[in-house]
Amino acid sequence: MTSGRRWVRETRLSRIIGIDLGTTNSLVAYVDDATGLPRVIPDGEGRKLLPSVVAFAPEGILVGEAARRQLVRRPHSTVYSVKRFMGRDYEDVKDELRYFPFAIRPADGIVKLDVGGREVTPPEVSAVVLKSLKERAEAHFKEPVEKAVVTVPAYFNDSQRQATRDAGRIAGLDVVRIVNEPTAAALAYGLHRLSEGVIAVYDLGGGTFDISILRVKDGIFEVLATNGNTHLGGDDFDRVIMLWLLEDIQCRHHAEIVRSGLDLARDAEAMQELRLAAEAAKIRLSTEERTRLTIPFAGFTYRTEITRADVERLIEPLVARTLEPCRRALADAGLRREQIDQVVLVGGSTRVPLVRRRVEELFGRTPHSHLDPDEVVALGAAVQARILAGGITDMLLLDVTPLSLGIETLGGIVSILIPRNTTIPTSAREMFTTSVDGQTVVDMHVVQGERELAKDCRSLARFELRGIDPMPAGMPKIEVTFLIDANGILQVAAREQRTGKATSIEVKPTYGLAEADVERMVEESFQYAEADVSARLLIEARNEADTVLTHVRRALSQGGHLVGEDERRGIASALEALERARAGQDRDLIRDATTALNHATEHLAELMMDAALKGALSSKRAAEIMESS
Amino acid sequence: MNHFEVFGLERRLGIDAEALQRRFYELSRRYHPDFHAYATPTEQAEALAASARLNAAYRTLRDPIARIDYLVRLEEGRETKEGATDKPKAPPELLAEMFEIQEALAEAKAGGLDETTRRTLTEQRERLLARHAEEEARLIGPLSAVWDGAAPDRRPALLAAFKQALATRAYLRTVIDDLGQALGEGDEIVAHHRH
Repeated sequence: MTSGRRWVRETRLSRIIGIDLGTTNSLVAYVDDATGLPRVIPDGEGRKLLPSVVAFAPEGILVGEAARRQLVRRPHSTVYSVKRFMGRDYEDVKDELRYFPFAIRPADGIVKLDVGGREVTPPEVSAVVLKSLKERAEAHFKEPVEKAVVTVPAYFNDSQRQATRDAGRIAGLDVVRIVNEPTAAALAYGLHRLSEGVIAVYDLGGGTFDISILRVKDGIFEVLATNGNTHLGGDDFDRVIMLWLLEDIQCRHHAEIVRSGLDLARDAEAMQELRLAAEAAKIRLSTEERTRLTIPFAGFTYRTEITRADVERLIEPLVARTLEPCRRALADAGLRREQIDQVVLVGGSTRVPLVRRRVEELFGRTPHSHLDPDEVVALGAAVQARILAGGITDMLLLDVTPLSLGIETLGGIVSILIPRNTTIPTSAREMFTTSVDGQTVVDMHVVQGERELAKDCRSLARFELRGIDPMPAGMPKIEVTFLIDANGILQVAAREQRTGKATSIEVKPTYGLAEADVERMVEESFQYAEADVSARLLIEARNEADTVLTHVRRALSQGGHLVGEDERRGIASALEALERARAGQDRDLIRDATTALNHATEHLAELMMDAALKGALSSKRAAEIMESS
Repeated sequence: MNHFEVFGLERRLGIDAEALQRRFYELSRRYHPDFHAYATPTEQAEALAASARLNAAYRTLRDPIARIDYLVRLEEGRETKEGATDKPKAPPELLAEMFEIQEALAEAKAGGLDETTRRTLTEQRERLLARHAEEEARLIGPLSAVWDGAAPDRRPALLAAFKQALATRAYLRTVIDDLGQALGEGDEIVAHHRH
């Protein structure tokens, strides 16, 4: 085993990238050879975050910012927050489907999405995001990149981890390691001279929540306990704000809604607009006390002002739901809160002041977040990638399995083989035998979870031990080894003890993709890749042009009178120039014309903003006068 | 290789927790798959197996109760688990009381809890928790010490004592959990004793 290490030193370090595949945004990072520090790789325009949004447009597949711009325009074929569906069965997610504008349906232990006339699985959607990050890294290094460390929420179960690995394969990436997000964050902090001791990582992202408690000592990052909720995050904050706004709109604009016959709650475009407005307001309210919202709908415009207190009242129950897992993790680690030396905040949702306050109250100390909570997981993934490549030898992460692994026994009771919070990799052995004379096949049902009955746990797989020699009942002794590898993924092997013969195992995973499905998706994915990159860039440029054109036309009709004749003519000619460019094939020309039009309308936009502010102030004053009268 | 051998330890119950952790970290650095990512497939498989064995051994040996449970199975040649090892047994001196508790529990399940029953059950749960702690202290303290100093011919008797104490403890745990559930409390108080 030591020869492996020597071999590494003699060869050039292999290139492995670190990827944070998030619910809302994804990032790719690497460790810089010169400084030894992890860095996020930005795209060509300097953006570090890639929105985890994929649009299945008629022109082709769009990802990231370009896809995000399709959210309102094409709600039915633009997929966001797909991480919530990774490795999930229809039963798990059916309650929240009504909040998503794209069609999701059950399909043999997984869900499928019907988007833009295509049928896709969650791993395929995630693969588009991964592929885009892979290309970003390749553009940066100017060479192919084939290996990646990808992060997942610590509380992800086996199926969700498998789905993530499948997504990597479909994207043409060898996922050499799945790392838990909070532990990755701890590694990133570790490089920044984290002092030794016990740390709690509170990670609240777009769709998932994790708490991990680690002991850091002599370069070893030993996870003591982890807990969480894979269906709780900033998305849920947005949703409660959105539903509250919807109620207010339906109340205040009742007459207009009735007149137009608009069913707001069922209008995908309107709901998407409202969701994005809720998200934007939430973000602004993390730094401001109050914010205004103006949302145009067909027939009326909704204007309101909401305060931080409003939002805090709405999200309070959701934030409270993160505290119980923290207490459980502490109990599992056998620690009291006073024994936690440091608390680290990770994930965009920890920017919400209420979250910070509640975490501070729970642990009785000020949490720190000096690394960007959006970037820290990707940075940690890059550190883990470096460790695997042999570039860092003094740090080692010892993670745990978040959920107990067991098998179903008589009466549907679960017998636990590997308890939750066991350091991985780990294995357990169990002896099986036959119950009928001459029996040659034994069934096993493997589950994951903390409940006593198998039906309340997550079914992972049904196994069939085959080829047992016919013997009287109870005679065969089949030793089955359950191994959870360093990725938190289960492997099973069986051996008949009497003969020492390996028993063949047929695995029927309860959830997830069959090997043949993944193979097919890998092939289909290469077909996407052949689609010309420049064609995609052209689509993006056109989409951006469309957005700007729509805005400018509206601005001219609403505020054209605010500027002089010359300026108006200047804008009109820039607008025509962009329309001409958009009709053509030259991406750079479209880009330039878009920039020119943006530039030509800057002054008009300023004037309109001023007018809107004055209008808002005067209408507010009018409202005050009316109230006091 | 049994769990004691993984750490190069004798089959003794007295283990210095700090030394065990130090050794665990050392061996983790040697075996963890992260440090063998570019070894041959055979070496990688070996590292994975060694690392899994190490973690399983550490998990068992660092917990004094799990350590005893394991030792008993090892001594009896049942290293691989085969269903439930020892049926939970009620401590004889508590039999009458247990009967009462079970009855009250059944009532609580059927018709809810009135204040008096709730108070009685809470008190009983407190008492059982104390008894549970006592049983653990006896296992970890005197019984373990006696085992480490015992001559081989004394061992079968000691094993029987261990088994009885473990079964009593398991029984108490079940009743405490049932009481906790009936009272609508979580299992946090004893959660970290679970193995």
